[in-house]
Amino acid sequence: MSGVGSAGSERPAELLLECQGLHVAYGAIQAVRGVSLSVRKGEVVALIGRNGAGKTSLLRAVSGMLRPADGRITLEGKDITGMPSHLLVARGMAHAPEGRGIFPNLTVEENLGLGAWLRTDADGVAADEAWVLSLFPRLKERWAAAAGTLSGGEQQMLAISRALMSRPRLLLLDEPSLGLAPQVIQLIFRILADVNGKGVSILLVEQNAHLALNLAGHAYVLETGEVAMEGAGKALLQSEDVRRAYLGE
Amino acid sequence: MSDFLQHVINGLSAGTIYALVALGYTMVYGVLKLINFAHGDVMMMGTYVGYASALQFKQRGGFGMASVLAIFFLSMAACAAVGWLIERFAYRPLREKPKLTALITAIGISFAVSYGFQMDWGFLPGPNPRAFPEVIRRQPWLTLLDGEVTLWNWQVISFAVALGLMAGLQYLVFRTRFGRAMRAVSHDHRTAALLGIHTDRVIAVTFMLGSALAAGAGILFAIKDVKIEPLMGTQQGLKAFVAAVIGGIGNVPGAVVGAVLLGLVEEFVVGYTASSWRDAVAFGFLILVLLLRPEGLFGRVTAEKV
Ligand SMILES: Nc1ncnc2c1ncn2[C@@H]1O[C@H](COP(=O)(O)OP(=O)(O)OP(=O)(O)O)[C@@H](O)[C@H]1O
Ligand SMILES: [Mg+2]
Repeated sequence: MSGVGSAGSERPAELLLECQGLHVAYGAIQAVRGVSLSVRKGEVVALIGRNGAGKTSLLRAVSGMLRPADGRITLEGKDITGMPSHLLVARGMAHAPEGRGIFPNLTVEENLGLGAWLRTDADGVAADEAWVLSLFPRLKERWAAAAGTLSGGEQQMLAISRALMSRPRLLLLDEPSLGLAPQVIQLIFRILADVNGKGVSILLVEQNAHLALNLAGHAYVLETGEVAMEGAGKALLQSEDVRRAYLGE
Repeated sequence: MSDFLQHVINGLSAGTIYALVALGYTMVYGVLKLINFAHGDVMMMGTYVGYASALQFKQRGGFGMASVLAIFFLSMAACAAVGWLIERFAYRPLREKPKLTALITAIGISFAVSYGFQMDWGFLPGPNPRAFPEVIRRQPWLTLLDGEVTLWNWQVISFAVALGLMAGLQYLVFRTRFGRAMRAVSHDHRTAALLGIHTDRVIAVTFMLGSALAAGAGILFAIKDVKIEPLMGTQQGLKAFVAAVIGGIGNVPGAVVGAVLLGLVEEFVVGYTASSWRDAVAFGFLILVLLLRPEGLFGRVTAEKV
């Protein structure tokens, strides 16, 4: 592992999420091999890497969809290794999974409502609903439509909005730009910057390294299940290796 | 004309009872993608609980509205408990295992229960059929065409109970918070969990609901056919399963339509040919529907965007 430009980049001090020596395996297949990384409070952290590098597997272990084979995960200092997903939501984590994970037979309204499943503060939920609809007005126009009839971009907006409805402190996003038109991607990344401005920390998995590294304060490059590089987002953007391998230059 | 009308009445009355059982198959399939082959046997157990409580009421001076309601309630509550036990201890440990494992377990439970109930010790009833007490005194409710067509009071009650239970389920699934979670779990339980939904609990409650509906159906079958026996669950259960597949397994309205159609078709074929055809009809109908529409009448081949 090599650090890039870490000298000048100041990360926030307070730890939100920390993985130490994380291993994830599917039977004999080792998808994540001893990854240590952290998300500090208020940060956007990007995780980039090629297809099959283990990015999705890592997010799944963090959000309790998979039990790690080894290693330790802490959230706000508390051990959450192997904790089931539904308990992590109550602890402030939201995960918009790979492939968006919207419920096609449920309406946009119902999908969004499920995002607030654990919340009992009706007023707060209504306010957050108004907020996400102001971020993505398009969703209001499709309010009563079955989510399966939405376009890919609209589905992604719904997936992000639904994750925000739990009012998370940590948002995990798995390739929000996948398969979307450039304008939609621009919109979504502008909004992610907004959301982060409201104090939501983000762990962002992306193929689109350029966008991700521009947004992220800190970033990790994953190669075959291991952290190959880490550093400030802007510093990685300048790095020769990253430019050659991930920015197609 | 009078024959025809009588067959319609009988077919609807049988079909709505099948529907209650078919709903259990389809709901469990919805949340677990598992054909719960023990479902019919749960129904049979519920019928015997109803039988035992009916005997008690009979000894204490007959049946009124309250005792009939109590019979339904006891039997449905008992089955909900049995459903919970089966899910918790037989299926949940196998949830992440290959589907075939759970399927074989289901068939195993089915055999264990249906043959276990044919043993003759303790509370087990033994192999001989029993006559279900006449909890509702059979009377014509309406006669038409100079008395050639009869609508019986028990048919009306059975129809009303079945429709009431189905309407309740429909409301629960499509109008309540729990129903929304159920539909989410049924599409993808991992994503549902990511939203904070306690999926194990949703699945357990779904099992309990399906089992309670089956118990209600069991009592209605017993009122209709009088004879009850340990193998009734396997027989009626299999047909209800066929109805669920005809309607499109996993689809709630589909199960109801499939079951009513099956009830009608069965009644008509038997009415106009011979009663020995009854059991062949269900499977003939199943093959026909699956040839024409492999996903069932209401099943959808869902195309999802990636
Ligand atoms: N359910 C699974 N069963 C078996 N192997 C899996 C499973 N999911 C992923 N893998 C394997 O684990 C490795 C890491 O996969 P993962 O999905 O985490 O990669 P990724 O970095 O998210 O890739 P992509 O950019 O294509 O989404 C790959 O070799 C993949 O084939
Ligand atoms: Mg991935």
